[in-house]
This record gives sequence, structure tokens and C-alpha cells, in this order.
Amino acid sequence: MAKGHVAIVVERCKACGFCVEFCPTHVLALSSAFNSRGYHPPHVVHPEKCSGCDLCGMYCPDFAIYGVKNPGVKSPEGSGGEK
Amino acid sequence: MKADPRGVLTGTHFLDGDHACCEGALAAGARFAAGYPITPSTEVVERFAARVPTVGGSFIQMEDELAASITLQGAVWGGAKAFTVTSGPGFSLMMEHIGYAAMTETPCVFVDVQRGGPSTGLPTLPAQADMMQARWGSHGDYEIIALCPNSPQECFDLTIKAFNLAEEFRVPVMFMMDEVVGHMTEKVVIPPADQIEVVPRKHTHKSVEDYLPYETNGDMVPEMAHAGEGYKFHVTGLTHDERGYPNMTPQIQDKLVRRLQNKIRTAVDRITMTEEDGIEGADVVVVSYGITSRVAQRAIELARGRGVKVGKLRLITAWPFPEKKIAELAGRVKAFVVPELNLGQMVREVERAAAGKAKTFAVSHAGGGVHNPDEILNAIVEASRC
Amino acid sequence: MLTKVTIDDVNDGVMNPVEPFLRSDRMPHIWCPGCGIGTTVNSFARALIESKIDLQSLALVSGIGCTGRVAGYMKLDSFHTTHGRAIPFATGLKLANPKLNVVVYSGDGDLSAIGGNHLIHAARRNIDLKVICVNNLIYAMTGGQTAPTTPGHATTSTNPYGTFEPAFNLPHLVEAAGAVYVARWTTFHVRQLARSISEAFQKKGFSFIEVISPCPTLYQRRNKMGDGLDTMKYYKEKSKVKNGAPTSEVGLTLNGEIAVGKFVDRDRPDYQTMMRGQYVEALGERYIDEMETECVCG
Repeated sequence: MAKGHVAIVVERCKACGFCVEFCPTHVLALSSAFNSRGYHPPHVVHPEKCSGCDLCGMYCPDFAIYGVKNPGVKSPEGSGGEK
Repeated sequence: MKADPRGVLTGTHFLDGDHACCEGALAAGARFAAGYPITPSTEVVERFAARVPTVGGSFIQMEDELAASITLQGAVWGGAKAFTVTSGPGFSLMMEHIGYAAMTETPCVFVDVQRGGPSTGLPTLPAQADMMQARWGSHGDYEIIALCPNSPQECFDLTIKAFNLAEEFRVPVMFMMDEVVGHMTEKVVIPPADQIEVVPRKHTHKSVEDYLPYETNGDMVPEMAHAGEGYKFHVTGLTHDERGYPNMTPQIQDKLVRRLQNKIRTAVDRITMTEEDGIEGADVVVVSYGITSRVAQRAIELARGRGVKVGKLRLITAWPFPEKKIAELAGRVKAFVVPELNLGQMVREVERAAAGKAKTFAVSHAGGGVHNPDEILNAIVEASRC
Repeated sequence: MLTKVTIDDVNDGVMNPVEPFLRSDRMPHIWCPGCGIGTTVNSFARALIESKIDLQSLALVSGIGCTGRVAGYMKLDSFHTTHGRAIPFATGLKLANPKLNVVVYSGDGDLSAIGGNHLIHAARRNIDLKVICVNNLIYAMTGGQTAPTTPGHATTSTNPYGTFEPAFNLPHLVEAAGAVYVARWTTFHVRQLARSISEAFQKKGFSFIEVISPCPTLYQRRNKMGDGLDTMKYYKEKSKVKNGAPTSEVGLTLNGEIAVGKFVDRDRPDYQTMMRGQYVEALGERYIDEMETECVCG
């Protein structure tokens, strides 16, 4: 099981590409789907590589994506999600 | 509620208008002022700077009037009653922020001790030429209240009234003094604190979940909250809806701006203060305000001595202008005589309200001194013959 | 595979850590695709979480401009004031209620052009404010005019043939004026920026954090520098961390190195400490420190 996963708030995305670029493990790519404003939101192409580091969330200027650590998976920083 | 005794210098004093104004502010509960020096107003904040550290508040001299006029508003939202003080050139600089106070409904007082203008003009000599500016100086549609004291005693009493009106209507109030009233020294009686009525801030009692910063319920004045109380509200100078969020549509603009106007205009009768004498049966009514009203008093006495039936209408509230009163009088008198230390400002309002039913005689004076009573007397006599 | 949620889903009981700080009912916001302002808000929110600031005591003041819109999107006591005057408004807030943590969040044009006078005086006085200056090197909201920070030879709408004025070196300016904490990062440096903001919260006095940010619609487009992502990669490539560098040496040029880091971290008594000290010395027991508030609300 992957260490983490992402949640994408599709309608907020403006397809800037920051999350795709700065994900350290290249989990994401811009999809060919459209949101209602005509932007291509990202989608997860390598879910198994997601560490839940939330760098995508830190970079996203639109608050449209965030990474979450999967519960029960051991990691040096501790377990559980953020609130 | 009653005034807080810590700010009330009860007793009989010999003060000039500027100093009396400062005491009025303290008595009203003002505990913050931001100012910038400008003759002939500086003494108001100089006294405040000396008094407020022992009353419990603060004063800051800002780097310019642009800053002073908005710093005081930050203090209001931080929980204080606040004011600033200036004269013509500074008043001009403050105009944007007077508009901001009107738009965000920030209760506060702007004191303008008027001097000769335009531009640098006559820094140490009187005029009354900012009266239209007080009403229309900022851009856009908005309403303000303006008061005109004519003595140091009134500088004390009416400053309290100015703060009270500001809180009642959540509006910036212009306190229109002039250099003579500001610098003349007279007896000022300051009563005990429990004899001074002070209007408290219209602070909300709603819960955090229910509170909407610009929601009104009939009286057109929303309830206020202060920063730091947990309401997490937003205030903006952009056209906004009841949530305080920018909502820049014609519909919201219409609703907001008309409410800002109507909250004052529908209360004109409550806000208007005048001093009247001999109006019944008068042929001529002298409409005046500020220092000119004292010269006019002399002219009125001289005219009455000559048998002219002349009444006195002193405007204590200049804005909102008491148009109904003038309109009603215009049906009963031959003429209005309006002496002012300017080339014709409030006289235009008199003329407009009279709507041709009575003649209007302006007694203009470019400022720099006060009228000679004879100038006003001659106008009264001429008016009585029309 | 599209893992999509709406903000109503809490996704295993976890939501975006930034979400509690946002006025979610106003999303999506108006900032352009690739604009960096939203990224700075993430860092700001992280800093608020990490420094465990009591949110009730936080007040946010913005001026006018794209960055000025931050106040409207954050769920805090927030004030969208007039152009250039966020700092004096914030000063009034702080003096009326010293317990408030007051943050000024505004843009380079708002803070250093029309607001320049207030910037230097607040730094001189060392008013206890945290100023986050998002510097996109342009007046963005009004369509891309030259700002005092626009580097030489850039194309703008008011310098269509290229700017020729020297630009402000903001860290140098505010250090000279008296700021006690001065740092610069770019929107690429999300973690460092959050850390700097946290550090500023621990300091008493005038703190100034400049964040270089893309304006892909105007600055980058007119100067053929690509989009927001290209700019972020540019920041990654051209930034050099120079903690403690002399601020006179951190000026920006059109295509040159971007010096980032914490440049100034010093201690000076803040305005209110000095004010109190002076009054106590002059007035002794007669000085009343607390601004009494019962006279306002009754």
C-alpha cells in the first residue's frame, strides 16, 4: 500500500502544472478531462509512489490538491493525517 | 450610557476651542487619536497627547494625513473611539479615507479647523470654505454628518455629540470648526461625568455563527464587531454584500449605496440641530453657522433696532442640510440672508431648498477675518425691502 | 484515474490543512492560472499552524492589488483597506489592541510605491507588524504597469519600450529604515517561506518578508518569460540561498540571480515597548497602560 494519497478538488484547478512538476515522485500528470471552466485537472498516474508529503498541496495556488499520509503506514514523522 | 469619569475634566475652565474640543473627545470616550500637525488645529492633538497617557489610551503622530486618517480607523476596528484633527490642506488629503469610513461604516470623527484657502492659503486666519468639501469631498455617493460649533463651550459639547452621532449611525462625522472658534478663549463648563450622555458602539450580541457584518434589520445601521473577538469578519472598501464580501454587481451597488444614503437622510429630523430666534412673523431670516453666527447676532440686533422683523436660524448641523425646514420657512418669509466666510457655499443649499419661494442674499467674505456686522446689516435691510 | 473530491468530502476524515483558513464559500478565487499568490497563502497557513498562533488574536490587513485580495479569501478578521495604506491601518489596530497579532499582506506596488512612506516609517518606528510583500515585479491588477520593483529593461504597459528606472531593492530599503527581520524567498521556496513567517511571529517588531512570485498574465507574458510553471522552474534554477547576505547586494535584475534567505534578524525594542518605557519614566504611576474599553461599548 502506498504511504499516502492525494485528494483533488477538481473544480478549483486552473491547470498551472505546479503539482505535476514538483511532486518528488512524479505521481501526477495533467489529465485529458476538463473541469467546468475548461481546465485539465491533474490525475494520479503512479498512486503507489505517493508518500503523502503534501508538497503538491503546498505548491497549489488554487487549494485544489492536497496530499495525505495513509493511516497505519509507518513513517519517520509519525502516522495519521493532518488536520 | 454615562461618560467615563476618567476622561472628564469636570470644572469651570478658561479654554480655547481647540483645547475644549480635545476635552470633548475625551469626555465622549475617545481614547485614540492619530494626527499630523497643521495650523490652526494642532493644539487639539497636542493636548490629547498630553492628556491621554493618564486617561488610558494612545496618540500617534503619523507621517502624513493620509496615514492619520486611516490609522484612526484601524483603531476603531481594534475597539477604540478615535478621531483626527486637521485643516484645509490636510482635509483634502483625508478625503479618500473619509469615503472609506463611509463605505465601511466606521464610526469616527474628523475635526476640520477651517482656515483660508485654497491650497496653503491663510494658515493662521479663518474661513468657512470647506463646507461643501465636507459633504462632497470624497468620490462616489455617500452621506456624512457635519456639525458647526460657534464657541469653545460648543467645541466641548458638540464634540461629544459628534462622537454620539458617529456611533449611532456608523458614519464619519465632520466637526467643522474655524480658526477663530478654535483660537478664541472663553469659559467652558465641563459637568460631572454622570451628567454627560454618551452613545455606546452598536456592538453585536449575535453568536459567531449568526453574525453578518453588514446585515441590517430595518434601522439601516448594521451591528459592529471588533478584531480579536472571534467573529472572523471581512471589511472591504469594495462594494459588498451583507457578508462583507466584495459583490460588484449593479444590484448590490444600488442596495448598498442607497442604504448608506438613506440611513442618514431618513433621520434628518433626529440629527438636525438649530438655534432659532424670532422666526415667527419674520420677514427676513439670517441663516448662519460657526463664528459668522456671532457676528450675525450683532447685525440682527442692530436690524431689529431699526424695526426690521428679522429672525435668526443658526445651523448647528450643517449636513445633512435641513432642507425641509428651509423649504417650509421659504413659504413664510420674504428672504434669507446667508453670511459665510466663503464666496457662497451653504447659501446654495438655502437657495436650492427655498426653490424660489423666497429670495436668497449671500453675504460672502473671502476669509482671513470675520465680517463687519454692517456688511450683514446692510444685507438684512436690503432683503427686508424686496 | 481521477481521484476527485469536493470540499464537502472530508476524505477519510482529513481535509486540506489550509481549508480552515479559507473562506471556502468564495472559492475558486480570482487569481490567474500560474499566479503565485495562492502558493504564498499555503505557506502562510502552514506558518500559522506551526507557530500555534491563536487565530482569534490574528488580524490580517491588505491593500489594493492582486495580493490585496488575500484578505478577502482568508477566514480571519480581515481588512481590505485603501491603496498603500494597509500599514497605517494595521498600526491603528495594533495600538488600539496590543494583544492582536497583526499581519499586513500586500503587493510590491501597494507597499513600496503609494505605500512607500508608510513602509519606511513603520520600519523606523519598529511597529510590531508582520509584513508579507508578494513581489511580482509589476502592477498586476490594473493591467501590468511599471512598479518600483520592475527590473530594468522589462516591458510593461507604461514602459512599452522597456523600463529604464532603477528598481528598489526592498530588503535593503526596509533594513535601512529599521526593520528587525528581513527575508526574501520565492514561491518555489514553500517550506522556507513558511519557516520565515513562523520566525517572524516569534519576533517583536517590524518584520518584512518579500516573496518573489510569478505574474504569468502580465509580467512574464509581456517579457516572453513563459508561464507560471516556467517561472517557478526559473526561480528554482536562479535562486541562491544567501542567509545573512548584506542587503545592499541582493538587488534583482531582469534575468540574473535571485538572492534568497534570511538577511536580517536583529533585536530592537518595538514601538509599544519604547512608548511604555518613555511614559513610565515621565509619568510613573500616573501612566495608565491599558486602553480602557468600557467607554466604547458600555
